Amino acid sequence: MRHLLSTGDLTRDEAVLILDTAAELAQVGDRSVKKLPTLRGRTVVNLFYEDSTRTRTSFEIAAKRLSADVVNFSAKGSSVSKGESLKDTALTLQAMGADGVVIRHGASGAAHRLAGWVDGSVLNAGDGTHEHPTQALLDAYTVRTRLGRLEGLRVAIVGDILHSRVARSNVLLLTTLGAHVTLVAPPTLLPVSVHTWPCEVSYDLDAVLPKTDVVMMLRVQAERMHASFFPSVREYSRGYGMDGARLDRMPRDAIVMHPGPMVRGMEISAEVADSPRCTVVEQVANGVSLRMAVLYLLLGGS
Amino acid sequence: MRAQKPTPGDTNGGAEPPEAPEGTRAVLDGSEINRALTRIAHEVLERTKGGHRVTLLGIPSRGVPLAARLAERIERVENLAVPHGSLDITMYRDDLRTAPPRALGRTEIPAGGLDDRVVVLIDDVLFSGRTVRAALDALNDLGRPRAVQLAVLVDRGHRELPIRADYVGKNLPTSLRESVTVRLAETDGHDSVLLGPARPQRRTGAEGEES
Repeated sequence: MRHLLSTGDLTRDEAVLILDTAAELAQVGDRSVKKLPTLRGRTVVNLFYEDSTRTRTSFEIAAKRLSADVVNFSAKGSSVSKGESLKDTALTLQAMGADGVVIRHGASGAAHRLAGWVDGSVLNAGDGTHEHPTQALLDAYTVRTRLGRLEGLRVAIVGDILHSRVARSNVLLLTTLGAHVTLVAPPTLLPVSVHTWPCEVSYDLDAVLPKTDVVMMLRVQAERMHASFFPSVREYSRGYGMDGARLDRMPRDAIVMHPGPMVRGMEISAEVADSPRCTVVEQVANGVSLRMAVLYLLLGGS
Repeated sequence: MRAQKPTPGDTNGGAEPPEAPEGTRAVLDGSEINRALTRIAHEVLERTKGGHRVTLLGIPSRGVPLAARLAERIERVENLAVPHGSLDITMYRDDLRTAPPRALGRTEIPAGGLDDRVVVLIDDVLFSGRTVRAALDALNDLGRPRAVQLAVLVDRGHRELPIRADYVGKNLPTSLRESVTVRLAETDGHDSVLLGPARPQRRTGAEGEES
C-alpha cells in the first residue's frame, strides 16, 4: 500500500490488517502518555479544500499521536484563494518535503490526480461525491467492535446516496469484508450507475429494516443539490428518516450509524440519535485509532 | 533428510517428538526448556525477595507464552499470583524504516498498571539488544516501574547495545552466520530451541528469532 485513494483498492487481507492495527492502537488513547514515537521526523500535510472539522481534527490528532509533524493547509487564507492550481500547490508541498498528504477536495478524483504528482503517500479524506475511505474503514471497525464480526452481516445504507462519498466507500469495503449491503433511497437520490455496484437497491426502508443488522444513515447534502430531489423535508423524513418506531422494527441488537454531521429531525430523530444503539460518538473516537493505523501502515515502513 | 534425530524425552510440552528441520540442530529440548524456566522462576523469587511486586511482561510473540509459564511456575512454588501480560514493541523499533510496515502484536498491561512494580521483561532470544531497548522505551510511556529486569530463554551474544539479561535460560555462543529459533508448544506445537544457518535478509528480530 502506498496511497489510500479508494476502498476498492484494498484486498480483504489489507482491510483486515488495517482494522486489526486500529484495534491495537486504540489502547494508546487510554494511556497516560498518548503518544508513540513511530512517525518521528515525518511530515503530514492536511490539505483541505472543503470545510471539515471532524475529519481534519481526527487526522491531526492521529498524526500527532504517532509523533509526526502536522501542517494544516486549508484553501481559505492560502494561495489557493489567489488562484493557484492543485498541481502547483502539490508541487509546493512536495518541495517542502511532505511525506504524506491528506487531501479533501470538492472534485471527484482529486486525490487520484495528486497521487500522480507527489512522491509521498496520498490519503483521500473525501473527494467530491466519489470516496471517503477512512470513514468507511472506521465504520467497518465500529461495526466489528460492536457486533464482533462483519462476515455475513446485513447492512443498509439509507439516504442521499447520489451525493455521498461515504456510501460508495462503504459498499466497496463492506462487500470486500463479506457483508451484504442494501442501498435504500428515493430513486432521485440514487446514482445512475448504481446497478454496477456490488449491492442491492431498495426504495422501501420499512421493508428492509427487519432484515438489517446495521443501518447507516446519510445526511442529505443540501449544499451539493442544485435541483429538487424530493418534495419536502417532511416527506423525506417520513419515507427515509430513522425514528423510534423504525428502530423498534429492527432486530434487538441492530445498531444505527451516522458519519456526521447529523441533521436531527431530517434523516434521524433526536430519540434515535441519543439512544445507546446509535454509534455516532463511538465512530468519532474510533476514527482517531483507525487513522493512526492507516498513517502507520502508509508511512511507518520503508 | 534428517539432520538430527530427536532425543528421547523431548515430548514435554508438545504433542509428538519434534524433528529439527534440515540443516538445523536442536540445542534445547522440551524438558531442558522446562528446567530452565523453573530455575528462572526460582531466581526471580530470590532476586525480588519473594516476588510481591513483580509483574511479568512478555515481548510478542514468544515472550508472551514464556511469561505465562513463568507466572504459573512462580504460583506453584510460592503460591503467589503474579500479574503477567504482554508488551508489543513494534512501534518503538529502530528499524521500522528498513522494512515494509509490520503487523502489531498485542499489548496487555495487567490491571493495576506498572507504577512502582518490579517489571520483568521476558523474551525468547537475546541478540543485538535492540528489542530490549525498544521495550524500555515503551515502558517509559506506560508508567514508572520501580525496577526493570530482563529474563531470556537463550542469550546468543553479539550485543550491539549496553544491555544484559538478569536471568538467562541458556547461554548459547553462536556465530553471526547462524540463527537461533525458539519453538514453543503454544505457538508452534512443541518446545525446542534450534540452531541453524542464518536466514537471508532477516537478521534482527524477525518473527520468533533473535532480537
